[in-house]
Amino acid sequence: MDFAIIASNIDIYLEGLKNTLILVSISLIFGLVMAIPLAVLRTSGNLYVQAPIRAFVYFFRGTPLLVQMFLVYYGFGQFEAMRESVLWPLFREAYFCALFTFALNTCAYTTEIIRGSIVATPHGEIEAARAAGMSTFLMLRRIVLPSAFRRALPAYSNEIIFMLHGSSLASVITIIDITGAARIVNSRYYSPWEAFLTAAVFYMAITFTIVFFVRKLEKLWQRHLMPLEQLDTKIEAPSI
Amino acid sequence: MKRILVVLSLCMVLAAGSVMAKEWKKVRIGVEGAYPPFSFVEPNGELAGFDIEIAKALGAAMGAEVTLVAQDWDGIIPALLAKKYDAIIASMSITEERKQKVDFSKKYYQTPAKFVCKKGAMATFSREAMKGKSVGVQRATIHDKYLTDNYGTDVDIKRYGTQDEAYLDIVAGRVDMLLADSVALSDGFLKKPEGKDYQFIGPDLNDQKWFGDGAGIAIRKEDKDLGELFTKAIDTIRANGTYKKIQDKYFDFDVYGE
Repeated sequence: MDFAIIASNIDIYLEGLKNTLILVSISLIFGLVMAIPLAVLRTSGNLYVQAPIRAFVYFFRGTPLLVQMFLVYYGFGQFEAMRESVLWPLFREAYFCALFTFALNTCAYTTEIIRGSIVATPHGEIEAARAAGMSTFLMLRRIVLPSAFRRALPAYSNEIIFMLHGSSLASVITIIDITGAARIVNSRYYSPWEAFLTAAVFYMAITFTIVFFVRKLEKLWQRHLMPLEQLDTKIEAPSI
Repeated sequence: MKRILVVLSLCMVLAAGSVMAKEWKKVRIGVEGAYPPFSFVEPNGELAGFDIEIAKALGAAMGAEVTLVAQDWDGIIPALLAKKYDAIIASMSITEERKQKVDFSKKYYQTPAKFVCKKGAMATFSREAMKGKSVGVQRATIHDKYLTDNYGTDVDIKRYGTQDEAYLDIVAGRVDMLLADSVALSDGFLKKPEGKDYQFIGPDLNDQKWFGDGAGIAIRKEDKDLGELFTKAIDTIRANGTYKKIQDKYFDFDVYGE
């Protein structure tokens, strides 16, 4: 084993790290922002509103990410009409294709996660909101969504990690992410062990960072559910 | 503990002995399958191409039974080292870097590398004209190495797993140029309907430092005997006309080179 080749090629890995972080964070942000309204609409009673969202979620959850990426990257490029459309300058870029696919993919999963936790809102909370005279929107904003986010957080943290790991597929369409960097180093020195082990260490470091911050957030959001002795700040008994 | 060591070392001696004495009745050969006209998959799913037929002919000349194993280019050397097969016949150029990991037979063909671009896209070939252009190349090839070493700072290099993917992307307008083996480019792309708007540009590239000594058959370092068998078999099929018969099916010139 020769880790000197990694040290002398660390630049490629850092470039890969940058690309992975950008790809994953932007697609997660877009995915989440789109998923919230979709999840709310998905729980509405109207079948015509539900149907297209169901179809979208069904497609993206029903097919592998790699297939989706090939469809977008190589598939769209097959059509003359697509190549001449105004959208082509965007879809010409491998980076955009990856972002587009990742964002829609994570959006589909996130929609389903949030929908699940909206459906699981305790009836009592909704009845209390109604009794207090809240409008539907106000109830969503103050009661249903905050409570749903709290319940969705553990499942969503999994989705973040899956997205991070799924992003390694970007290397297939010429993007130099962490995996892409490992493939370059591997191809130059025929040392798959060193090259991919380094990539694994990078992914692990990011994953642990994500887990660390999600824990913090969980602590913040679930304060009211925690046993008193685990809280950082003591709650004083109100003086009478 | 000592006894275990003795047994272990005995086993190793025996194992090494059996490797030495191994007769090559059966040879598994790693091929690529995505590098027309040298190696591609027919519509019916069968492997075909110059490399494939050479592999079969060499097997016949050696009196060995050949099993073909299709393997992606990236992993083709690691898989040889991991003993997934015993030899690689996949248009692999004999280079110094690769010689550190594997041994080679003598070459079985040698053709120059060349750039391709859209017809009329470049008036002349020069470093200045290439600045800022994106060039597609197959990852882990001599062409990748040549491009990285010589134009790495001037052009945007896009690396692909297979040559076929690079063809798709130049047609889609994602890359401006390609660098690859001239014969692969000509037969795999330029002569096909989708390649009609593209042309060769620049000189034949065959600098020995990057492009090596032609394409050879790669084997593990411990199987030197197999390498010699292949070298002998190459001479045999060159002499008895089998080589010429195969090459005439694919090319109208002598691919063996000087």
